[in-house]
Amino acid sequence: MATQQTRSLARFMMAPSVVLLLVWMVIPLALTLWFSFQQYNPLNPVRDGFVGLSNYALFYSNPAFLQSILNTLLLVISVLLITVIGGILLALLIDQPMWGQGIVRILVISPFFVMPPVAALVWKNMIMHPQYGVFADIARFFGAQPIDWFGQHPMLAIIIIVAWQWLPFATLILLTALQSLDGEQKEAAEMDGAGFISRFIYLTLPHMSRAITVVILIQTIFLLSVYAEILVTTNGGPGYASTNLPFLVYQKALLEFKIGQASAGGIIAVILANIVAFFAMRAVGKNLDK
Amino acid sequence: MARSVTTQHKTIATVAAWIIALLIFFPILYTIITSFKSEQEAIQGFNLIPSGTFESYTEVQAQSGYFKFFLNSVLLSVGSTILALLVAIPAAWSMAFSPTKRTKDILMWMLSTKMMPAVAVLFPIYLIFRNLGLLDSRIGLMVMLMLINLPIVVWMLYTYFREIPGEILEAARMDGASLWNEIVYVLTPMAVPGIASTMLLNIILAWNEAFWTIRLTTTDAAPLTAFISSFSSPQGLFWAKLSAASTLAIAPILIMGWFSQKQLVRGLTFGAVK
Repeated sequence: MATQQTRSLARFMMAPSVVLLLVWMVIPLALTLWFSFQQYNPLNPVRDGFVGLSNYALFYSNPAFLQSILNTLLLVISVLLITVIGGILLALLIDQPMWGQGIVRILVISPFFVMPPVAALVWKNMIMHPQYGVFADIARFFGAQPIDWFGQHPMLAIIIIVAWQWLPFATLILLTALQSLDGEQKEAAEMDGAGFISRFIYLTLPHMSRAITVVILIQTIFLLSVYAEILVTTNGGPGYASTNLPFLVYQKALLEFKIGQASAGGIIAVILANIVAFFAMRAVGKNLDK
Repeated sequence: MARSVTTQHKTIATVAAWIIALLIFFPILYTIITSFKSEQEAIQGFNLIPSGTFESYTEVQAQSGYFKFFLNSVLLSVGSTILALLVAIPAAWSMAFSPTKRTKDILMWMLSTKMMPAVAVLFPIYLIFRNLGLLDSRIGLMVMLMLINLPIVVWMLYTYFREIPGEILEAARMDGASLWNEIVYVLTPMAVPGIASTMLLNIILAWNEAFWTIRLTTTDAAPLTAFISSFSSPQGLFWAKLSAASTLAIAPILIMGWFSQKQLVRGLTFGAVK
């Protein structure tokens, strides 16, 4: 029974959110798009001006750009694989009857609440440090040579840290989905003689499929923009070995003041995110209709 | 054989789960332990029993004025969440109770803004902040954090509000309640738990935000994320101090997080998993 009056009131109530988000999205993005076609260097403005697509061309010619895109994809895909597979296994384990389940849940979920700089610095200094870290202690205990994680395997080290941050999220979401599985269905399957593996493949996995989709999509959004973890550990190095797209854009914009190149990188990041967003919106949108 | 859980099964599950859980929690535990060591002890190799000194905690405060950063984190996370709620509650309200054909589109569009990568707008935002004199100001960063989390706040509130039965509204309207009365006396009491949950999750998200808080601040408005990042410069090893600062930085949010597991699932999956 919405009258004309309530309708216009509803519009009035929505206006602040819509206007704020519109301004926040449109103005900066338009500026970035404009800068991406410019040569613009606040420190050296002599050659400033319109340069067409040449900022974008750098993504083909400059190895740093290509490497940053590859690193971005490597980080996203590896962390997704680790957290989704690990999360399913961990959720299945925690769902078993056990003593102290509540405490186990709390311990497992905790890393998610640790702010990124803390997570990265703790791993860098206390766990992975080649001389004083716990890993080095373990290696020496077994008579092996400690690994210089950030010098020799910077991407692997960052992947481990980021996976540690996101495994709890995947586990928690998947566990929630698992616990909403109807107990009677499970019992019926057991009575029919279905073993653990076939129960998992034909009953549990289909039931969790939507939760798995959601985990993949939400994590991808965040993983595409990993920043602080790289800043405090490797600073993108050695060379560009652990530079991802967000980090490269930051370097170009705020350290080298090559605004045109940075903006082109930003636009590429938007395109990457949009491909993901397209699938994400469909998945979440379906749920709205229910 | 059906659902009878054998003690053996339960014991194995318990042992396995506890071992894995403790391994996952270990970096946090070790940070807390190290914070009670002296700097000398901290680099003397693996050791789970600290001497129990509070030295690092007092020094972190004395040398770098830790409390200022802590206070900034509190102000920024709570402030931005309250701002977001003020803007989002009316919007979520009208979408949940007077939906139109376009409501769904608007919700989806709001969500899509959340997917815009921060780096894509880094320089324009930096320029705008600089020209408005907002760099390193608490107000500027508060607005920034509010905008980042606004889509999640609207969405979460919307999913909570939608669960309030519409019949109650109908009944109130039949009794001649005005929209204002409807909101204040009928709906608000039913909406409080949802609003509280939304608030909790968003304080956590704002507290841990580590892109804009690092890039748009230098000293005055810097919260803990920026302060802790300053430990990455390799001028000597201050692990006990780093641990003490880290422990204080994560403790409040860790405890809040333990109480917000359900809201977290709901808020970050936009209602798709409950």
